Amino acid sequence: MKSEVIERLRKDILAMEGFKLTDESKRLKLDLGPMTAAFPGETFPCGAVHEFLSATKEDAAATTGFIAGLLSGLMRDGGICLWISTRRTLFPPALRLFGIDPEKVIFIDLSKTSDILWMVEEALKCEALAAVFGDISEIDFAQSRRFQLAVEHSRVTGLIHRYQPRNMGTNTFVARWKISSLPGTLQDGLPGVGDPSWRVELIKIRNGRPGTWVMQWANGGFRHSRRRAAATAHKPLQKVG
Amino acid sequence: MAGRFVVIWFPHLTTDRFISRQPELKDMSFVLAAPERGRMVIRAASIPAEASGITSGMVVADAKALLPSLVVIDDRSELAGKLLAYLAEWCLRYTPVVAVALPDSLILDIRGCAHLWGGEQVYLKDILSKLNNMGYDARAAIADTIGAAWAVCRYGKVSPFVDAGAQLEALLPLPPAALRLEPATLQRMQKLGLYRISSFIQMPRNVLRRRFGPLLLERLDQALGQLKEPIEPIRPVEPYQERLPSQEPIRTATGIKIALQRLLETLCKRLVMEGKGLRKAVFKGYRIDGKLQQIEIGTNAASCNVDHLFRLFELKVTTIAPALGIELFILEAPVVEDLSKVQQTMWQSGREQADKKIAELLDRMTARGGMDIIHRYLPAEHYWPERSVKVAVSLDEKPATAWRTELPRPVHLLPVPELIEVAAPIPDYPPMLFIYKGTVHKITRADGPERIEQEWWIENSLHRDYYQVEDDKGARYWLFRLGHYDEGDPQWFIHGFFA
Repeated sequence: MKSEVIERLRKDILAMEGFKLTDESKRLKLDLGPMTAAFPGETFPCGAVHEFLSATKEDAAATTGFIAGLLSGLMRDGGICLWISTRRTLFPPALRLFGIDPEKVIFIDLSKTSDILWMVEEALKCEALAAVFGDISEIDFAQSRRFQLAVEHSRVTGLIHRYQPRNMGTNTFVARWKISSLPGTLQDGLPGVGDPSWRVELIKIRNGRPGTWVMQWANGGFRHSRRRAAATAHKPLQKVG
Repeated sequence: MAGRFVVIWFPHLTTDRFISRQPELKDMSFVLAAPERGRMVIRAASIPAEASGITSGMVVADAKALLPSLVVIDDRSELAGKLLAYLAEWCLRYTPVVAVALPDSLILDIRGCAHLWGGEQVYLKDILSKLNNMGYDARAAIADTIGAAWAVCRYGKVSPFVDAGAQLEALLPLPPAALRLEPATLQRMQKLGLYRISSFIQMPRNVLRRRFGPLLLERLDQALGQLKEPIEPIRPVEPYQERLPSQEPIRTATGIKIALQRLLETLCKRLVMEGKGLRKAVFKGYRIDGKLQQIEIGTNAASCNVDHLFRLFELKVTTIAPALGIELFILEAPVVEDLSKVQQTMWQSGREQADKKIAELLDRMTARGGMDIIHRYLPAEHYWPERSVKVAVSLDEKPATAWRTELPRPVHLLPVPELIEVAAPIPDYPPMLFIYKGTVHKITRADGPERIEQEWWIENSLHRDYYQVEDDKGARYWLFRLGHYDEGDPQWFIHGFFA
């Protein structure tokens, strides 16, 4: 009885804070395990912009893997995704491992960084897309607000990968993630490298609870590992320049 | 269907050009001369020189004897052609079909054009006064055939307008030279006392043919409209083209946008009626000073949506420099496709509306970033990693073969494999550690090798043995050894990063 009241009040507060639950059709169709509890309303915030930080090439690859996992959930019913970047090293066949048809991803490869903000914003305004990935290192508050306004209207999910960002000012993104790779888990004695395994840090989440989890990608879905999240020492984000 | 042609004749084309460049030549007797068979022959003479009896074709030495103060300038043989080409380009504002007739005339096909200026009188006056302002002495005539217009333009004394079907009356009082005949024929006519067309036009045709050759009959028929005369327009006419001449020169961005909007509306209306959409469009502005400004857009799918096309152009309108003003706008659609193609779904998603929106978004992106920024990949039947994907040629191309998933592939692939230093214990084993960019990575786990042979029919090089390795921090790499272990000192490379 009491818990029901609290639950209802919580939802009211979320609504007052301007948080809008996405309708059923646009939700992430992917089981994120215990991570779901961290999100507002216990649903992964679609129709918002997420940022992912990475400092090294290895972390960038891990982040790409995690993003590809999320994208597979967003593109499940035949949606198209735009992948906007300047120096793309993504190898399209690898997306197949994460359950994405590589031909459903349209790559926008730019030579100048100046156009990328315009391109991402324009893409976020297009409601026909399932998701937009952008490789943007530097972004200021004003531009992040433009992104936010765009997705509020179109309900497109934006995933921004920030590789070696120089300044980490405030922005309007709904969540800030940091993914790093972890040694794979295999039963003792078995050779090989096993499934991809990541330490997923949710540094910031609006209306939610930040946390750290260990996630694996196996059999076309995320698998939560009960292994201690702090398996590797936490390294603060490397400042460059 | 009867034609309507304007022939513009420039009696002093090259000398006018020199005068406009060097105004001090205006009242001087000067000639343009070029060497011919070891002597200087006059190619063109200015008006004062002509008044002293100097004509083209004379030898300079003879002319100097006539007029010792004569100024001789070297002639460039290609000058007349260049000038005419430039003037023809300029005349495109009056009609889309303009042809150059060397050495000194232009032919304009003006069907359906003159009424835009309010009649032929105004039309011709406008052309001639503008040419005169540019410094060119020009004469012009309008007739149903090129031959008649040519004749009246050079030898007509009454009116430059030949009424429809009245070519014969106009030609009768003119000399035979008005028929564009060869000098030998003209000489023979002169000898026989045929000074006017009226004096021989009644003769039987077979007599004329026997005496003066078939060219005379051909020229007569062409002038009278019984034989069609082909012309070669300087610009092939685009089938999908809209024109908008402006009363006053347009200088503002707003004005240009209004012109663009109007042209797009008329063009798209026509495209919709024919069930077509454009893939490429060119918007041209002809400036007062004779320069051409143009912007071009391309679309990823055939489109006849005015708003969308306008937005694509809008991104580039700022690159048009109107200078003193633009007096003619032209919108062309060089590439047009059937619109029904759009109705087919792009990715079998069954959402036509969504596909259309995405195509329009991609159009805006290409308009801003260039045509080569959009890539889609399809599987290619090659094991060699660099060749295992191919770029899709269109947005709706579907994979012909399935993607291979049985073997691991890295999410990040380096464009070129980079050399690393390794310590490998025994042949055919993954390395124990490797050094990449100065950092030592200790390998704790590894998978492999996966041998990929070079396709000898494409390229000749050693095979690669790929290993998927994981270092002590959990990062995963794709390494390979080039060639066999026992061939001296094998090289190791890093080729990618796994998620």
